[in-house]
Amino acid sequence: MTFSPQLEARFDKLLKSYPPGRQRSAMIPMLMYAQDELGSVTDELVDEVARRVGVTPLQVNEVLSYYSMLHRKPLGKYHVQVCTNISCLLCDGDKLWEHACKKLGIGHKEVTADGQISLEEVECMGACSWAPAIQVNYDFEHFVTPEKLDQILDGLRKKA
Amino acid sequence: MLYNEPSPLETRVLSFRFGLPNSATLDTYLATRGYEAFRKAAGMKPEEIIEQVKISNLRGRGGAGFPTGMKWSFVPRTSPKPKYIVVNADESEPGTCKDRVLMENDPHQLIEGCLIAGLAVDAHAGYIYIRGEYRYLIEVMDKAIAEAYEKGWLGKNIQGTGFDFDLYTHSGAGAYECGEESALLESLEGKRGIPRIRPPFPAVVGAFQCPTVLNNVETYCAVPAILRDGGAAFAALGVPKAGGTKMTCLTGHVNKPGVYELRLGFPVKQMIEEVGGGIRQGRKLKAFIPGGSSCPVLTAKEVEGATMDYDSMAQRKSMLGSGGVIIMDEETCMVKAALRIMRFYAHESCGWCIPCREGTTWLRKILTRFHAGGGTRSDIDLIGDLSRNMLGRTFCPLGDAAAMPTLSIVEKFRGEFEDHLNGKPCPFERAGEMVTA
Amino acid sequence: MPDLVKLTIDGKAVQAAPGTLVIDAAKMAGIEIPAFCYYEGLTLQAACRMCLVEVEKMPKMMTACTLPVAEGMVVRTETPQVAQARKYTLEFLLTNHPLDCPVCDKGGECELQDMVFRYGAGESRYTEEKVHTPEKQFSPVVFFDAPRCILCFRCVRICNEGMGVGALGVIYRGVLSEIAPNHGDHLECDECGACIDICPVGALTSGIYRYQTRPWEMQHVGAICTHCGDGCKTTLGVRNNRIIRGNNRDHSGINGEFLCIKGRYAFDFYDHPERLQAPLVRKNGKLEEVSWSEALDTVANRFNQIRADGGTFGVIGSNHTTNEENFYLRKFAREVLATPHIDHHRTGDVTALVDALSGKTGRMATVADLYNRKAVLVLGADLAREHPLLSFQIRANYRHHQAHVYAVTPGPVREDKYAVASVRVASGGYFAALEDLRARLKAEPELVIVFDDSFKGPDVHRLVEFGESLGIPVRYICLVDYSNSRGALDMGLVPGEGGMRLDEMLAADLSALWVVGANPFKGTPGVPGSVARKARFLVVQDLFLTETAEQADVVLPAASAYEKSGTVTNTTGEVQRLKRAINTMGAKPDLEIMGFIARQMGAAGALGPWVPETVFAEIRRTVHGYDIPLPEIDTGGAAPTTPVNGRVTEAGGPRPDLIRSDHNGLFASGTLGRYSKVLNSVLEGRLDR
Ligand SMILES: Cc1cc2nc3c(=O)[nH]c(=O)nc-3n(C[C@H](O)[C@H](O)[C@H](O)COP(=O)(O)O)c2cc1C
Ligand code: SF4
Ligand code: FES
Repeated sequence: MTFSPQLEARFDKLLKSYPPGRQRSAMIPMLMYAQDELGSVTDELVDEVARRVGVTPLQVNEVLSYYSMLHRKPLGKYHVQVCTNISCLLCDGDKLWEHACKKLGIGHKEVTADGQISLEEVECMGACSWAPAIQVNYDFEHFVTPEKLDQILDGLRKKA
Repeated sequence: MLYNEPSPLETRVLSFRFGLPNSATLDTYLATRGYEAFRKAAGMKPEEIIEQVKISNLRGRGGAGFPTGMKWSFVPRTSPKPKYIVVNADESEPGTCKDRVLMENDPHQLIEGCLIAGLAVDAHAGYIYIRGEYRYLIEVMDKAIAEAYEKGWLGKNIQGTGFDFDLYTHSGAGAYECGEESALLESLEGKRGIPRIRPPFPAVVGAFQCPTVLNNVETYCAVPAILRDGGAAFAALGVPKAGGTKMTCLTGHVNKPGVYELRLGFPVKQMIEEVGGGIRQGRKLKAFIPGGSSCPVLTAKEVEGATMDYDSMAQRKSMLGSGGVIIMDEETCMVKAALRIMRFYAHESCGWCIPCREGTTWLRKILTRFHAGGGTRSDIDLIGDLSRNMLGRTFCPLGDAAAMPTLSIVEKFRGEFEDHLNGKPCPFERAGEMVTA
Repeated sequence: MPDLVKLTIDGKAVQAAPGTLVIDAAKMAGIEIPAFCYYEGLTLQAACRMCLVEVEKMPKMMTACTLPVAEGMVVRTETPQVAQARKYTLEFLLTNHPLDCPVCDKGGECELQDMVFRYGAGESRYTEEKVHTPEKQFSPVVFFDAPRCILCFRCVRICNEGMGVGALGVIYRGVLSEIAPNHGDHLECDECGACIDICPVGALTSGIYRYQTRPWEMQHVGAICTHCGDGCKTTLGVRNNRIIRGNNRDHSGINGEFLCIKGRYAFDFYDHPERLQAPLVRKNGKLEEVSWSEALDTVANRFNQIRADGGTFGVIGSNHTTNEENFYLRKFAREVLATPHIDHHRTGDVTALVDALSGKTGRMATVADLYNRKAVLVLGADLAREHPLLSFQIRANYRHHQAHVYAVTPGPVREDKYAVASVRVASGGYFAALEDLRARLKAEPELVIVFDDSFKGPDVHRLVEFGESLGIPVRYICLVDYSNSRGALDMGLVPGEGGMRLDEMLAADLSALWVVGANPFKGTPGVPGSVARKARFLVVQDLFLTETAEQADVVLPAASAYEKSGTVTNTTGEVQRLKRAINTMGAKPDLEIMGFIARQMGAAGALGPWVPETVFAEIRRTVHGYDIPLPEIDTGGAAPTTPVNGRVTEAGGPRPDLIRSDHNGLFASGTLGRYSKVLNSVLEGRLDR
């Protein structure tokens, strides 16, 4: 499997970051970065990572299916994650979530028909003092109101 | 840069660089007494470093509050195995967002903390385990680490001291349980985030089967100040058995939410009223969680006279926890709060042990039905009963973390559960209306 | 012996070795602490929380499965708090468990059912919806029903740790956690079925056994697997004269709970549709079914006639038939047929080993030695494929005692994963490799050397010289292929003075060739490819119409190992008893067939009664090394033989070039394997070929 030179460089660095014989440690970061490039964790990627870190594909599968940020199915180009956990909830994060669903016409872990935007209701993501918060891919947006969310989503549509 | 307006009531020991121009750069760091503590520590014997940490009365800031100096002293320094420094930057406890601010605004402080810990236990490599959602912080840390390598603050023979130390960031991938120290180590080793059987504790058998110091970001960030100005000065900032300040995240229904550095023992009332600017829309306090959603919930009455420290919270049968203060006003539906908290733990249970795996899910289902108006009176007792029977019986403290808030909510707010009976709509639900704006 | 630790459990004073876990210490004292995830010999989990007990001075209840005993410890296992915890754990477990015990295969031997019965939670307060997922078929032999799974991870561990395969894992997390196979929706593994046996509930079930019966409706008969030379004990579940399952859940015998696919499932050849049900006699060039009396008369008359005419008999014996049968056959050949022409297919040079060790005692290693000795050297064989039990023992030795394992083999082997040294050699390179290892081997406190047919004749002598020169206690195992290859040699199925060997017999113009339980015409060492019969009269005793039987004048349908009694000797020279599990219509045990032939010939008197016990008594009296203690084998155990210094002598000694192992993998078993539905059904069998 071939990856971009940047990703290959990152893999190299990761594989050198752990003590000898402990290359398995690189598995999770490798999957994360590769997912960013490929859009999801494909079967091919599972086999490739297994080979590179010296474990079986089953072992990779056991690990990746444990973590909520690793996805086997492609998400939208922009993955919008709305936190509804307690601090956000107290600031109406749940209503923000409903608003997002209505606006996009999709639900939890669903992707818009054009494949551009996906939605996920997520657990606390460490933005509690700036609630309610969302993340678009890895970018945080704080103190999000329905109006602000509309703007953000419209902006994504334009970029797409 | 992520940081809120400071409050004049703060005691800025760890956060004093916040707001300085380019606070995350090495130049700013060096210009503001940065790495001074490392130089000092490099001239000290390991026991002397640990002694200063002990004197400082620093207790772990990740939630459990274990004395840090004591933890470091458990590392068998003479073991022939390599030793490791691991930073818990998984920050996933709902209500908590302080490590984020510390790393974003002052990454070198964390690096310096790791170096000093390395000196103290003879470790020469460290890993910062950063939750996957904090991707931008991995970049911030990587940049700071690269700068430190470039200028000889990491790597071989650091600043001519003869001390070698390598530091790496490591990305998590979405799992609250990986904040639990032994699950974190498993995850660091490329495995599922399942906690380990303890003993042995990480100090003896940790990362890669080697002795390991594992602390929270904030804990390491406190270390440079301790070495720089002495453990005693740090201790003096807090209360008798717990020294220093606590990065406190005010969240929920306050006017000025934010992360504030308050000395331990800071009065809760003053914190809400003055630091947090009081409760929104002039409402009254209904419930208070001192340090993340795992802590038992306190009523407004219970927090009267309370201070933000380990003992005061323990006396009230809660915990100081991680510093994630959750403030709930009188308009909050406690059933909904209990439900949301349980939903979280059910989602995050690693699935290893029966009481947590099945208990959280069962409770989530009952609470969902209950909040939707499908509850029966016997459910109220069942919720309490199930929570009580998870407590202390699970493999790791996540089960307790799920049970404690739930139990405290049914016990203290039983009336609100009764108000949901007989298909009554939630008395607090105002569909579609946002109060935030 | 370190001092014992003294503690109190439920008021009883208990002593245990340091490091003993409270759960085991309690068991020794007759106190049962319930557990699902704890499984002796596998890694600790502390996941099920069933074993929580109260320990004085501890603030919380502790898991007895992870708590080592400590001096003065006071443990309580039956307090109200403990009882309540158990009850709740069971109630939690049952929330998503389908209550389908009446149709579940495990009903009647289910650990969850037993525990609920004992510890309560009879009635559940769980009124929420249960999650349903359809049952999955992981392989022809392994089915998985996720909702029944209690996530004790025993299956994952036995596969990873016990088998060294790692074909099962856990995916997802929390309440969604699920056991998953290694290849997407299916397993590619040893198909040993250990996961099914070890499953405390009915989550993993056997494709062979499922929905066939209830455990209490079967009789359980201890038999010995009739496939490879390791000689695993397998307990056959029998109902209405049919074998329904094989397992070794009682952990008895040399293999404990271990069985490979052959031991667990490949008994199934016994009711293959092509199984011979009636004797056949060639009439007008065609084999036709006849009565037993006609067939026996035909053989007896012809034998007598050849005897009278002074013709020559050749006799080829079997690697599968019992010691009694082999002994009787030899006696028949030598005393009644008066022929020295007798042989069998050798698959390893045991003779050379026995000769090389003459004058020494205690040098033949047992299966148990592979688990107990500090170091093991494997030469040649891919044990995990060819000798699965021995491989299992070595793995367990490594896991439990950190044994040093050396693998010197032509290709990669499973032992490589944990071996202290893995060396790849081309044939002929063994001794150089051994010299390279000499210093390390010398430093071991003791060693077991396991070798296959890469070492024959002089090489075996040289290997023993090498072993003896290390100056440490060394024991040896010479690998042989089949369930009674070793017994065939020990009972003397070897040429007498002036006797022909197997290959010579096939080529010779014999008056009669009598083949008992072998298929030499399919190809034999020294005679590659199929062989056309030369002998003027050919009698074959077998289960199936093999390539050899097809050419016979008389074919006598023989009983399988599960249809007769007797003893067999495994590759390590340990004798075990076969108990008859079922009776078969039409076929007869070889011993009986031979006895009847003798009787018809009027020669029975010379041979004595053809009763297995009587023959065995004679074996114990007359065969060197077989004077073994009876109680040992009568109670289902194995007794090692001591064959050194007095084996049955063989004229001229064996010819190394005629010794050849078939190197059957896990999914093959000589001719017999072709008739096993299971071995043919699994995907791996096809991949392996
Ligand atoms: C379920 C669970 C989640 C935890 N999450 C975190 C976390 O996100 N960050 C953290 O620093 N500690 C977390 N902890 C606490 C750690 O196990 C550990 O006690 C801490 O990192 C030790 O560092 P300290 O002594 O500096 O606090 C968690 C504990 C549990 C039981
Ligand atoms: S309490 Fe048990 S199931 Fe829950 S997270 Fe801990 S180990 Fe996993
Ligand atoms: S509760 Fe939403 S970010 Fe913490």
